[in-house]
Amino acid sequence: MLFSLILWCLPAALRIHAWRSENIRALMAARDFTAQIVVKDGSRGRWFRFAGGRLTSGAGVNNDAEVTVRFKTAALGARILIHLTSGMFHFAWPLLKPFLEPMEVISAAKNFAFEVLGPDELSVHFTDIMNAMLTHGWQQGMPMPGGEIRYVNQTNGGPVFVYVKDGKIVRITPMEFGAGDPKPWVIEARGRKFSPPRRATLSPHGLASKSLIYSEKRLLYPMKRVDWDPNGERNPQTRGKSGYVRISWDEALDIAAAEIKRIRHEHGHGAIVNSHGSHHTWGNIGYYLSAHIRFMNAIGYTRMVLNPDSWEGWYWGAMHHYGNSMRMGGAEPYGQLEDTLQNAEMIVFWSSDPESTCGSYAAFEATVRRQWAKQLGIKMVHIDPYLNPTANWLGGKWIAPIPGTSPALAHAIAYVWISEGLYDRDYIETRTTGFDKYRAYVLGEDDGTPKSPEWQAQETGVAPQIVRALAREWGTKKTYLSCGGKGVAFGGANRSATGAQWARAMVCLMAMQGLGKPGINFGNLGTGTPVDLEFYFPGYAEGGISGDVEGTADAVQNYQRMPHLISMNTVTQKIPRLRLPEAILDGKTEGYPTDSRALEGQFQKFSYPSPGHAPVRMMYKYGSSHFGTTMESNRLAEALRSENLEFVLNQSIWNEGEVKFADLILPACTNFERADISEWAASGGYVHHNHNQMNHRVITLQHKCIEPLGESRSDYQIFLDLSKRLGLASYFGEGKTELIWCREIYLSSDLPKAISWRKFLRKGYYVVPPETKAANRRKTSWRWFAEGRKKDVPEPAPLPAEYGGNYLEGLQTQSGLFEFEASSLKRYNDDPERPPLNTYIPAWEGRRTAALYARYPLQLISPHPRYSFHTQSDGKDSTVNDISEHRVLIDGHYYWIARINPADARARGIAQHDLIKLYNDRGAVICAAVLTERLLPGVVHAYGSSAEYQPIGNTNAAPDIGGCVNILTPKRHMTEKTSASAPNSCLIEIEKWDPEKTGR
Amino acid sequence: MKKWNLVIDVAECHNCNNCFLAVKDEYTGNDIPGYAAPQPLHGHKWLNILSKERGRTPMVDAAHVPTICNHCDDAPCIAAGKGAVTKRADGIVLIDPEAAKGRKDLVEACPYGAIWWNDELSLPQAWPFDAHLLDRGWSAPRPVQSCPTGAMQALKISDEDMAALAREQNLETLRPELGTRPRVYYKNLYRYTKLFAGGAVLGIKRGVIDCLAGAQVGLRKDGKPIASVETDAFGDFKFDRLEPGSGDYEITVSCDGYRPAAVRFALAQESAVLADIVLELA
Repeated sequence: MLFSLILWCLPAALRIHAWRSENIRALMAARDFTAQIVVKDGSRGRWFRFAGGRLTSGAGVNNDAEVTVRFKTAALGARILIHLTSGMFHFAWPLLKPFLEPMEVISAAKNFAFEVLGPDELSVHFTDIMNAMLTHGWQQGMPMPGGEIRYVNQTNGGPVFVYVKDGKIVRITPMEFGAGDPKPWVIEARGRKFSPPRRATLSPHGLASKSLIYSEKRLLYPMKRVDWDPNGERNPQTRGKSGYVRISWDEALDIAAAEIKRIRHEHGHGAIVNSHGSHHTWGNIGYYLSAHIRFMNAIGYTRMVLNPDSWEGWYWGAMHHYGNSMRMGGAEPYGQLEDTLQNAEMIVFWSSDPESTCGSYAAFEATVRRQWAKQLGIKMVHIDPYLNPTANWLGGKWIAPIPGTSPALAHAIAYVWISEGLYDRDYIETRTTGFDKYRAYVLGEDDGTPKSPEWQAQETGVAPQIVRALAREWGTKKTYLSCGGKGVAFGGANRSATGAQWARAMVCLMAMQGLGKPGINFGNLGTGTPVDLEFYFPGYAEGGISGDVEGTADAVQNYQRMPHLISMNTVTQKIPRLRLPEAILDGKTEGYPTDSRALEGQFQKFSYPSPGHAPVRMMYKYGSSHFGTTMESNRLAEALRSENLEFVLNQSIWNEGEVKFADLILPACTNFERADISEWAASGGYVHHNHNQMNHRVITLQHKCIEPLGESRSDYQIFLDLSKRLGLASYFGEGKTELIWCREIYLSSDLPKAISWRKFLRKGYYVVPPETKAANRRKTSWRWFAEGRKKDVPEPAPLPAEYGGNYLEGLQTQSGLFEFEASSLKRYNDDPERPPLNTYIPAWEGRRTAALYARYPLQLISPHPRYSFHTQSDGKDSTVNDISEHRVLIDGHYYWIARINPADARARGIAQHDLIKLYNDRGAVICAAVLTERLLPGVVHAYGSSAEYQPIGNTNAAPDIGGCVNILTPKRHMTEKTSASAPNSCLIEIEKWDPEKTGR
Repeated sequence: MKKWNLVIDVAECHNCNNCFLAVKDEYTGNDIPGYAAPQPLHGHKWLNILSKERGRTPMVDAAHVPTICNHCDDAPCIAAGKGAVTKRADGIVLIDPEAAKGRKDLVEACPYGAIWWNDELSLPQAWPFDAHLLDRGWSAPRPVQSCPTGAMQALKISDEDMAALAREQNLETLRPELGTRPRVYYKNLYRYTKLFAGGAVLGIKRGVIDCLAGAQVGLRKDGKPIASVETDAFGDFKFDRLEPGSGDYEITVSCDGYRPAAVRFALAQESAVLADIVLELA
C-alpha cells in the first residue's frame, strides 16, 4: 500500500520539481525512454515514460521499459524508497530515522533483493533524474556584498573561502570564523593564558589555488597521442615526444574501456598497473583512496606499494626500539602542547623545519604556538646543514653537521651524558633494556673507539666543544626534541643512507633523558592541541566511498556508519613504487612492504611478478607527477617508453609529469569544480588524530564552486562513465551523485547532532568546539610509560596481539620496554646495515666514499619543499612560481633554485642567479643559483618534488630544466633489506651553464 | 579622521609569501572599476619581499622586508600624476586605472619601485590597499589577513595616534629622508639596515677546549664602552644594531679564572663574525 502510494507520488513530485528546475527539465529532455519501479512478482509497480521532455506514468508493469528498478517485496521497496528520497524531507529526518535500518539498502542490494536492470547508460540517467529531484532546492554558499557568493573548499594546506561571481572565482582566502562559531581553547602555563586566534591558517600552496584552477596547463578536453593507434601501430618509443589530438569524451571512454577489456582478455590477471599520487586533490569522495580505489578494485590491478617516504628512518629503524608501528615509528602526538608550554626549558630542532613543511597539511596552525614558546623564553637549538626558515625565524643556536652524519653527532651526545652522568639512570634501569651494550659501544669498550665529541668531529665537522655544550644543556634542561615538520616524526635526515640510524639515535637519546617525563618529549608545539578528538568525522584514510575494507581504514570506522558496497582488489601482485621502472623494463623486481600492523611486517619480502600473474601491460596513471618524487627519475621516462607497456592511460588535472607520456588523456577537474566533504588535515588511520595539530577542527562541505572548466569532468564522473562501459555503473555509483554521497558521509558522522544538513550545506563548514574541561583533555604522550602505568593516550594501537604481557601495558617491543638492542632486528638478523644495536655506519654515498667524492665533491640535500606540497602547486603556471625563493624567472623560463655557499660558488665562478648545471653520473639538472651563507660549504640545497620534468633532449644525459633534482639522487635503498628511499645521500658537481653552448 | 596604516614587523616575517600570493590572488583576473585593473599573472610583484642575509656560516641571519605601495602622504606619484593619482580621505592612494593609462612616467615617479608597468594595458599599477574590500566592510586588507605570524597589521587610526605609536615602538619608514611620509611602518627594520658583530668565546682547560658560558663581553668604540653582553651556553655573543661603515671597534672579553682578551675589528658594509676567541687559564 505504502509502496504504491510512494510510486503514485513520484511522477507528481517530479513534475513539480521539473517546473521549478531547468536542470531537471534538461535531464528529462535528454533521452526518450521508459523506466519502471516494480515488485519482483509483478504484483505492483509503476512505469515512467520520458518522451520529448514530458513525463507520462501509469500503474503496473511495463514490458517495454528499458530500465527496471526491482524490489523483492513491496514493503522492502517502500522502506528503501523512503531511505533513498529522505534528502527531500530533511526536516522530517529525525522522525524518519528510527524507521530506517541503514544496512537495509546495502543488504538488499547484496542479496539482489533490490536491483537496477537495464543498460548502464540509461539506468544512470534515470537515477540522475531522481537525484536531481532530491537535490533540487539544496542551497549552497553564503551571499556576500558585491553580488558574490562565498563558498567553502579544502586544500592540502588548509580550508578556504571561495568567493564566486558570475560563475567565476574572484578570490580564495583563509577562513575567518564568524560570531556563531565556538570559542577556542585556553591553556594556562607559567602564569599566562594562551588561546589561538579564531581563524584557520593557510599554506602558500593552498593560497595559490585560483591560479592553479585557471592555469594554462589545465587539461580541458580528452586527447589521444597522434602516433598511437589502438588498432595498429602503437609507437611506444615516441611517448614523451609526439603530440596529441583532441578527441570526444565518447571516443576516449570507448577506447579506454575497450583497452581495459582487451588487456585483461589477452594477458590475464594483474596486467593493469595503477600508479597514483597522494595529494593532488582533497576530499572523501573524489580522492585517491575513495572513488579512485573503488573503481580500480572493480577492474582489478597490480598495486603500486608506496614506501613510507616521509617516515623512512622511523619506520625501518626507530620503531624497532620502541614500537609505534601504527605511526610508522613516529612518536605519540598527545598533550605535548600543554606540556611544552608548562614544563619545557629547551627545544632541539633536529632536521626540523615546521614553518616550511607545516606538520602534515596543518598550514601555520602551530606558528602562533611557537611564538608563545619564544615569549616564554624556551631556548631553541637547530641542527640542520641549512639555517632553515624556522631556525632563522625562531633564533637560537644553529649547528650544521655534514649531511648524513647526524647519527655520529647523536652518539657523541650520548658519550657526554654517559661520561658526565647527565642521563636518567632510574628510567634506564626500569623502563629500558640493553643499555649496557649501547653504553659499551658509545664508550668504545667493544671496538676501541670512544664515540667522543672529538670522534664525531671527523664525521660531522661540528667542533667538539659545541657538542659538549649542547649535551650539557640538553642533559640539564627539560628538553623537547623536534624531528621533522610535526616534531614527532619525519625530517630530511631520515631520508638518507643513514636515515634509519638517525631516527634510531633520536629515540635512544630521548630514552636516556626519560621520554614522557614532564617537559621531556618529542614535539615542536605542532601536535597535541586540546581539540575534541571524539567528535566523529571520517579522515581520508577511512576510504570515503571506496568500500575497500582491506587497503583503507573503511572497516575500522566508516563502513559501520555508512554501509556501502564493499570493493576488493582480487589481484595480489604488487610493485614497489620506486621500482616501477625496473618492473616494466626488466620484468622483475622485489620489495619490502609498508605494513604498520607489526614491527615484523616490513621483513616480508615480495617479488614481482607474483606467481601465476601477468606482467603489467597497461598503466592507469591517476593524478600528479611522479618524476619529481622518483629517485633517478630518468628511469621512469625510459620505462614509459617501453614496448612492454601497450597502453598508458592518464587521468589528470594538469598537463605535467607523466601526462606527456600518455597514449590517452582523460581531463579531470579540481576539487573546486565538484562536490566533496572533508575535514582539514584529517588523515584517518594513516595518521590517527592528525587533526590534533589544529587550533580548531574544521569540517567542510567542499562546494562545487564553479562548473568544471572546458570539458573536464570530476574523477568520480570519469570513473562512473567508464563503469557504464564495463557494466559496473550500478555497482560503482550505487545510484548516487557526488553531492548525495556528501550527505551520506555527513549522516555517517557526528555532524547531524551539531548542525543541520541544510545549514551545513549553505554555510559550508563546522568548527568543532574544543575540550573545555581539563579532565577531558588528553594525557601527555609517553607519561604513562615513564610512570609505568597502563597506556592512557587515545590511540587504538598497538593491536592487542602486539603485547607480550597484558593489553595496554608496556611498549610494542618484545620486552615491552624500550630496547636499546632491538629484539625484532635481532630475530630478523638479515640486514647487516641495520644491526640490533644502533651503531654508526658511514653513508654509502657521501664524503667517506672517496672515489666518488673525488669526482663529485658536493653533497645535494633535497628536503620537502616550502611553497609547494609534493608536486602540488609547483609548475602548472601557478603564482607560486613567482615566489623569489621558489623559482627564478630567467629568459622566460622559471628555473628551480639550487642554494650554494658563496665559497663553493666563488671556486666555480658562479654568481647569484647564474644558471648552473647540477650533475653526476645519473644525469643533469639546470637550476638558478642562489648564494647563501645559511648553508654549510660543500652542500647544495634544492628542494625535492618539482612538478616539472623537462629534459631538453631525448637522452638520459640531456639536462632537465624543470628542476627535477631527483634525476640526480640514488635509487639505492637506505639498506639492502628495505624499500626505503635515501635521496639525501647524493654527491654531485656543479658548473656554470651556458644555454648558448648547448644550443638552447 | 581615522586613516589606514600598515605596520610590518621584520623580525616576525619568515618569508612564507602568503602576503605576496594574497595580492596576486586578489588582482589577477579581476577588474575592479575605480580601484584597479587586473594585475598580470606573472612578473608584477605589487607586494615585493626583499631579503638580506647578515653574517656568515655559522653565525648568520636573514631578514625579510615586505615592500608595497607606501600610500605616502606626500606621494611623488600624486604630484606627478596630475589627477591620475589621488589620495582618499582615509589615507589610501589610488592610481586611477582609466586616467593613468599610458602614464609610464608614474613608474619612475615612485622612489620605492612600488609602481609596476602593465605593458598589455599600458597602465602603471600599485597595490590599492584593498580599498574595494575595506569599502565593503572588510576589517583588514588581504596581506594582513593571510599573514600567519601577525607580522603585518593594518591600523585605522588618527595620524596623531599613529605618530605616537611610531615613537613608542621605534617604528621606521623606508627612506624617510625623501620626505614622502609613507603610511607603511616597519618594526625591527635594523635586521635589514644595520649590522651585527658576533663570535664565540672558548676556554682551554687541561688541553680541552670548551665553550665559555657567562663570559663578559664588552664592545668599545673610540676607547669608550658602548655595550656589553654575556655569552650564552655555547659561548656565543652578538652586538646588533651597529651602523654600516661605522669603522673600528674593540671587543674585550673576561671570564672568571681565565686571562682576559681583546679583539679589534672594523665594520664596513658587512656584519662581522669574529674568529673564535680562545681564553687561557689565568
